[in-house]
Parts: sequence; structure tokens; C-alpha cells
Amino acid sequence: MTSHYCPHTPQEIREMLDAIGVASIEELFAPIPAELRAKTFNLPAGMSEFETLARMQQLAADNCSQLSLFIGGGFYDHLIPAAVDHLAGRAEFYTAYTPYQPECSQGTLQALFEYQTAICRLTGLEVSNASLYDGATAVAEGALMALRATNRNRLLVDGCINPASRQVLKTYLSNLDVEIVELPPLDGLLNRPALAQELDDRVAALLVQYPNIFGCVEDFSPVAEQVHAAGGLLVTAVYPVALGMLKSPAEIGADIAVGDGQSLGNPLSFGGPSFGFIAAKKAYIRNMPGRIVGETVDKNGQRGFVLTLQAREQHIKRHKATSNICSNQSLCALRGLIFLSALGREGLTELAQLNYDKAQYAKASLAAIPGVTVLQSAPSFNEFTVSLPKSADQVVGALLAKGIVAGLPLGQYFEGSENLMVVTVTEKRSRKEIDLLVRELEVALCN
Amino acid sequence: MQLIFEQSVPGRKGVMLPASDVPRAAALPEGLRRAEPAALPELSELDLVRHFTNLSRRNFSVDTHFYPLGSCTMKYNAKVLENAANLFAPLHPLTALLPGGSDLCQGALGMLYDLAQMLADITGMDEVTAQPLAGAHGEMTGMLLIAAYHKAKGNQKKYVVVPDSSHGTNPASAAMVGYEIITIPTAPYGDMDMELFKQAMNSEVAAVMMTCPNTLGLFNPHIKEIADIAHSHDALMYYDGANLNAIMGKVRPGDVGFDVIHVNLHKTFGTPHGGGGPGSGPVGVKKALVPFLPMPCIVHDDDSGQLRVQTDSPQSIGRTANFFGNFGVMVKAYAYMIMLGREGLIQVSEQAVLNANYIKEKLKGYFELPYDQTCMHEAVFSASRQLEHGVHAIDIAKFLIDKGYHPPTVYFPLIVKEAIMIEPTETESKQTLDAFIEIMIEAAQLAESDPAAFAAMPVSMPVTRLDETKAAREQNVCCVG
Amino acid sequence: MSIYFTKEHEWAKVNGNLAQVGISEHAAHELGDVTFVELPAIGKQVKQGEVLAAIESVKAASDIYAPLSGKVVKVNSTLDATPEQVNESPEQAAWMLELELSDPAEVGSLMNKEQYDAYLKSL
Repeated sequence: MTSHYCPHTPQEIREMLDAIGVASIEELFAPIPAELRAKTFNLPAGMSEFETLARMQQLAADNCSQLSLFIGGGFYDHLIPAAVDHLAGRAEFYTAYTPYQPECSQGTLQALFEYQTAICRLTGLEVSNASLYDGATAVAEGALMALRATNRNRLLVDGCINPASRQVLKTYLSNLDVEIVELPPLDGLLNRPALAQELDDRVAALLVQYPNIFGCVEDFSPVAEQVHAAGGLLVTAVYPVALGMLKSPAEIGADIAVGDGQSLGNPLSFGGPSFGFIAAKKAYIRNMPGRIVGETVDKNGQRGFVLTLQAREQHIKRHKATSNICSNQSLCALRGLIFLSALGREGLTELAQLNYDKAQYAKASLAAIPGVTVLQSAPSFNEFTVSLPKSADQVVGALLAKGIVAGLPLGQYFEGSENLMVVTVTEKRSRKEIDLLVRELEVALCN
Repeated sequence: MQLIFEQSVPGRKGVMLPASDVPRAAALPEGLRRAEPAALPELSELDLVRHFTNLSRRNFSVDTHFYPLGSCTMKYNAKVLENAANLFAPLHPLTALLPGGSDLCQGALGMLYDLAQMLADITGMDEVTAQPLAGAHGEMTGMLLIAAYHKAKGNQKKYVVVPDSSHGTNPASAAMVGYEIITIPTAPYGDMDMELFKQAMNSEVAAVMMTCPNTLGLFNPHIKEIADIAHSHDALMYYDGANLNAIMGKVRPGDVGFDVIHVNLHKTFGTPHGGGGPGSGPVGVKKALVPFLPMPCIVHDDDSGQLRVQTDSPQSIGRTANFFGNFGVMVKAYAYMIMLGREGLIQVSEQAVLNANYIKEKLKGYFELPYDQTCMHEAVFSASRQLEHGVHAIDIAKFLIDKGYHPPTVYFPLIVKEAIMIEPTETESKQTLDAFIEIMIEAAQLAESDPAAFAAMPVSMPVTRLDETKAAREQNVCCVG
Repeated sequence: MSIYFTKEHEWAKVNGNLAQVGISEHAAHELGDVTFVELPAIGKQVKQGEVLAAIESVKAASDIYAPLSGKVVKVNSTLDATPEQVNESPEQAAWMLELELSDPAEVGSLMNKEQYDAYLKSL
């Protein structure tokens, strides 16, 4: 069978073989010794695109896509303007590659420059790269960047950072000579006494997150001063939609900000692809990982964009590179830019307000259920922690059967937290859905 | 073109959000709120659409131009793959970890499970994790697995051996995992120098990283011997799958002595490159490394016949990414694999190799071919003959842009001076290849007849050659305003 | 004061137990437009042949090795703002640092100007 993805006719193949001077395609594989050749290759036979799509539809039908989602934990169910799909779906964007040849890649390059600008304005910091893989790996890269910038080898990690990010950080650094000290959460917040005890002149950075895994938002400004006084850096992980309302990392005094961009125009898609972002004070630009787009001029003095500071990167510096990252998540970053541009200055503020209002409504409604208490140690944005009179796993399981994902049980992440769950409310959840969640939760607690 | 920020008009909006159906909540304390909204662009939906549409037109892409960028496998991206990925958009990844939640995502888990099995079959490995988010991420994951393997055995290992023709990501990935690098030069026959390799091997070598066929497009016939030598030092063999497109169905790396492999779904399995990503870099391993694979992973529960998610395993290296990997990319790769099937994938490799050799034969009279042998899926030339007239590889690249071709990779591999690395892929027709060959010959002729003509090129693009020195010195990486 | 060269294309201008260090015209030309020079901290001790500094151009990065053993006593911080001096005046204005030599006899292992020129021809 000849596939239409391999267009040569038998006649053309003949002509090409003649031009090469071999009798068969098989002869071209002659450099591979016979004893190395594959003995088995068991894939099933191929099929048409129509049958392929039908098969994929069948697989998709084996998932339940109609759930009412009150779960976040790093990935959020947000609205996506139609323009995002259509524009990022332009083949000139998605079938191009890394813009190595700037003259014929100005589309991607300018878009990434605009993306970097959007991330800088969101975080208040001066420089951004052109994206990383995801939020969790961005935390690890932010930590590595701080280690390079300070030439120290100790990291303090707030135990309230998303557990997945902390696990990725540990895995990334597992073979390096770096000491990671986790500060156990104190009432859902950064453990400030533990910080005071552990902070010394070997600490490269303190890593924090806001809102944190419990949904709490605390003011890290004094912490930034404390860390700086010890000669370390403050690395903050942030949820970009929350930055429509919350103090920016720069306002807090952070040196490096990282996060996951899924909430900016990327579908949940079972966890990926999204993109990671990283922004920093300009002094640290040479320690940045990954691609960076810079502005310049052409021979006629006209503005244009190029990949810059490439001497930091693996294709030039090899084992001395700031990171091994090559492919990043450009197209997802482009979606993020289109999303932020569609919403604009007021739109992002409005979106954040919607999330905040709905979550506060849900928080108050859930707190009114007898036996349910809400973690009150700090204000929250669109996620908050509730304590249930019984196992959160049990309750979540019961509500799942009714098509509601009530929240993220914390028992798997924190000892003694079996009755805690984090509830997330985005702008997509209607008051009706929230009321239904409350009613069903009441029912589940009675049973 | 103006930046989108320069088109901003205060008060304008590109999208309307739904009205709130809940009461306005009491504001957060001022100490937590930002002073000013972020200065994001403000423009109408139409102006937004025009801006990005016009930007897209300033790109060369596979759908608009032949794109023979060596080492990147810029094959055609079948449109049906995009349709397939959209089917899974509303699924939240954490659903699978909730009590009873895996029942609600059997389709997604089934796809992940099957994809891993198919990749294991193609590569000759025992198990595959699809968590790594790109090729380099796969390399790092592989190196972490190797480190965990040695640690568990009590081995004291310090070095990773790479040939000097390797991708820069190989030494960079090994260094991120704390290894020191030993680089082996390439011999005149185009493969890693065997004698120097043997001398370099010692009991402290953790792994040998090979790209096979290598970045010169050549298959190393001594690969089994290299693996045997490595294994005799209890060093593991790592296969950089960047060039897997050359050998599907012909060689399975797992059969010839490799222990760990990453594959690039965005290269070999037809998923689009997205202007630099997202990719996906699944990692396959032999049995001895299975206990160390990252979590979470998908397991088959024999009692229920269902798939579920395992989040913990005592010897696992932990987690290398947030969730299951770049799932949407995997959906596309999976659809590609089932669509092409066994025969289709074999044909992919055969015609990728046919096309590369065809270009090699047709151009070797015009461009220096430093390693004149049957190549696999890509052919590496040098512009050294043109350089005698003062014309560099980069000049030829700019000439090609004016002629409507995305240039091949230039200046890589580093071991070839003025390298021009052409990877046509299997999806291009003979007519496209012939037209490209003609243009390349024209470039070679122009280099002799009028070398000065190259300096101004390209002339047909929105910008002429850009001042990269200025960019690197000034570091203007965002628009201040 | 005499100038000496290494095979890695550093130069050292030796004056008693002090030596100014930079890279040769040949090296500057090979690197292309220099965009950044990473200078060591004052007080850093190095042995001959160890990495002393680093230099970047648009498409290349390379280490600068200590031509002689000693302690860094001075660095040319004007290179931070104007790395282009390395291209414009590699063997004069763009000196990178000054070493206080711990073993001036090591000079014997370096090439003089004539020997270095011959070495370049042999490349």
C-alpha cells in the first residue's frame, strides 16, 4: 500500500534509484549489518484518516467530558476566546519550527517578543524567556537559575508549593550537590519560624508560591527583604490569572517568577501541552534557561527580532549551557499571548474578579454546611481549603458519581490531611453549579 | 509591523466575559492587591485577528514552504491529527487520581497505555514513559534513570561519553544530571573513533550517548561492538532518537544493545513543531531500568480489566513533569501511528532515506560532501568550495529564502566546517526535490559567477539580514512602555 | 615588558611578577563580534591552564585559560559595557585582567610573538 503521505509513484522511485545508482531501496540500507536488522515489528496495519478519526472518537467517548469541575491543583478550567484556536491554528504558526532563520520567521519571533513583553508586564519583572515546558519544570529551572546566579547550593522550599512542582524539583536536582530544605506548612502558610531558623548565607533562594496549594494568599514582601538580607533570591511561582488581582512578583520583591501558562488560553487536555514561564530581574538574564527573543535592526535600520544570547544555550555551550532545553512550548505561549491580548488590561482584571467573587460565594456557602469548616488563616483567590467531617476521598468519590469533581483531596500529599480538600471555582462555574455542589456535598455528608 | 502593544487604545476590548451571577465579594486587603492592572494590549477582536494573521504571514512553514531543516524532521503534519487532539480538550488530568476517577478517563488512559506499547515495539524496549515533554527533557529523564540504576547497584560513576558529532542537548542533559563529559572525536570514516573510544572507556563511565544514524546521517556499523564494550564496564547505552525517522522497521535500538532511548514525537511521528514546541519525548527502557521510571504511570489492573494510575513506586526517580506529559501531542502521534500502521512506518523510513540519497547524489557534484557514503535520512554537505569565493553557508541559506525555500540546518554538526545539513523527509514529492536541487545548483553557480551578490540577500522578506550582535549586546527582550 | 602567547590564543604581557592577560587578534577574529566577557573575581587564584574567564560572541562561547599561574589583582571592567573593544583592540585596550604571578618561570613554556606567528601559519 502506498500512503498519500509518501507521494512517490513506483515510476518515480525507479528514476530516483537510477539516479542514485542502486537497484533497490533495500540497497540503501546496506550500511546496516544484517545481524543488526529488526527481527520483529508488530504494529497493526494502517487505515484511512476517516477510520483513524473514528477510532479516536471512540477513545474520546470512553472519557467523561461533562464533569462539573471544582478541581485545580495547577490546571484550571477557564474560558478560551474562539480567536485563540483560530489564530494559533494558522498553519504558518503551527507547522513552523524554532526561528533559526530570522528573516523568514519574523511572525514567530515578533509573537514571542510580544509574549515576553506580556509576561514581563504581568509579573512586573524586566526579562522573560520564550517559554519553558510547564509550571513544575519552571519551578525547577527557576531554582537552578538562582543556584547559578548566587553560586550557592542550598534551597529553602515552602511546603505550600504545589506538591507536583516540589517533586519535579527534587527529581531534577536529585543527582546534584544541592541541599533542599522543605519548610513544612504552618496552618496552610509559609512556616516563618522555620524560615528564620534555616535562612543563612548558604541559601541560594527561597521558593514560594501564591496562591499556594491550599489556596492561601499571603504577603511575601517582608520575606523578600529577609531573604535578600541573607544574600539569597526570592523565587515565586504564580498563577497568572490571579495576577489580574494580586500583587505582582516584582511588587513583592521577587527576583525570579515562574508559573504554568495553561490557564492562559490552553485547554486542560489531560494535563498538556501547556507552557511554563520564567521572568527575572535583568541582572540575571545570562543565567536564564532556554530561548530568548531580542529586538534589533536589519541592514536598513528597520526593526526586527532574533533569537539572542544564544551563547547560553546547549547548541553552543553544550555541557556548560544554562539548561539542556531546546524545544519549548512556543505554540502554547502564543496561545497565552493571544489570550492575554484578547482580554487586555481591563479584561484580565475582570476575569480575576469573576474568579474571586465566585470562589468567595462558594466558600461562604460551603462554610454554612454544618460540620464543614474553611481554612481561614489567610485570604484566598479562587481556591480554598475546606475541612470535612469525614474523609475527603470518600466525599469526592461520592460526588464524582454524580458528575461533580468536588475538589482535590489533600490526604495524598500531607499527613493527617485526610479530611481536607481544596475547592477551585473558576469563572466557568455558574451559581447553579455552585449551589448544586453545596447541596450534593450536604447529601454526601449525611450518608 | 507594529507591536500589538503599540496598537493599544485604552478602554478597548477583544472579548466580552459573561456577567457575574454571584454577589461582589469584599475586596482583598490592599497589601495583597496589585497597584495597577498589567499593561496588556487593548484592541478589538478584529484588530487582534488581523495582527496575528498578518504576523503568521511573516513565517515560512511546512504548509507553505519546503523546510529541509536537518535534524528536525520537518515532515508534513496530517490535518486529521489536529482534529483528533481536540477530542480530548476538556479532560482534567487530576480526575484520573480521584477515587473512581480513572473509570471516567479510560479512553485517555488507554491511549497512553497503547502509545507506550507501540513505541516499545518500534524501539525494541521493554517499557516506555511518555512523561518527558520534549527530546532534551527525555534525555535528561534517561540520564536520571541511568543515575538511579547505578546508584541502586552501588556503582561509582562520574562520566558520560558522547561523540563530538552529537546534538548539544546530549552533553547538556548529562551535565544537568551532574555527569562530567568525555567527548570522542569523529574518525575520517564519519563515525566515532573506535580506538579513542576504547581508550576513553573506564569503570567510572555511566553511559555512552549515541545518535544512530548520527548527525552526519551515517549509520554506525560497529554499534553492537560499542554497546558490548560499554556494557563490559557496566556503562549503559543511550540512544538519542532524533534520527529515528531513518530506521523504523529496519533496526530496533533495543535489539542492538541500547538500554535507554528517547523518541521525538514531533519529529518522527508527524506532530507539528509549533514554532519551537510543544514536542514530546517519551523514554523507553530495558527491564533493568523499569523500576526507576517516573511517576505517575498507567497500569493495567488485571482484576477489573481497567487501567488506573499508579502514583508511587519505591525506586522511581520521581516526577519529571507536572502530569502525564504533553498529552495533546501524544494523541496526534498515536493517531499518526495507527493511521500509517506497520507498512506505512516502514515506508516512511524507506522514502526518507531514498529522498536524502537522491539529493546527496544530485548535489555532490556542486557541494563538498565530506563523508561520501550512502546516507540515511539526511545528507551533510559543506560550503567549503563556495567559501573559496567568499560565500558562506549562511549566504546560501539567505539565497534559498529569496527563492522560497526554508534553508537546511547550517553550521551543524559543528565538526563540519560551513555545514549544510539537508533532511528532506519522506513527505516531499520528487517534483519538490527536483526544484530544490535546481535552486541549490543555481546557488553554487552564483557563488562562482557573482559571489558579491549574496551579501544583500534576502531581499524578498519583510526584513533584510538582522544585526544579531546589537541584539546580544543591548538585550532588549521586552517592549518597555 | 614582553608579550607571550599560548596555543589557546591568550596573550600575557609580563612585567616583573605581574602579567596582563587578553586574547590574540587571531582569536578575536575567529570569535566574531564579541558580546560579553565574563571576568573573574579579584583575588581568584589560578594555575596555568585553568579556566580564568569566558568570552561570548553571537554564535560562539569559549573559555579563556590562565596563561600563567597566579592571583587576579585587577580586571578591566570597561569590557562589561563595551565588549566590542575585544574586536577593536584585542591586544591593547581589551586587556582583560592582571595576574600577580606565583611562578614567573612558567613564562618559558609560552611562545614569543615570532613563535606564535609561526604557530598560526601551521594551523
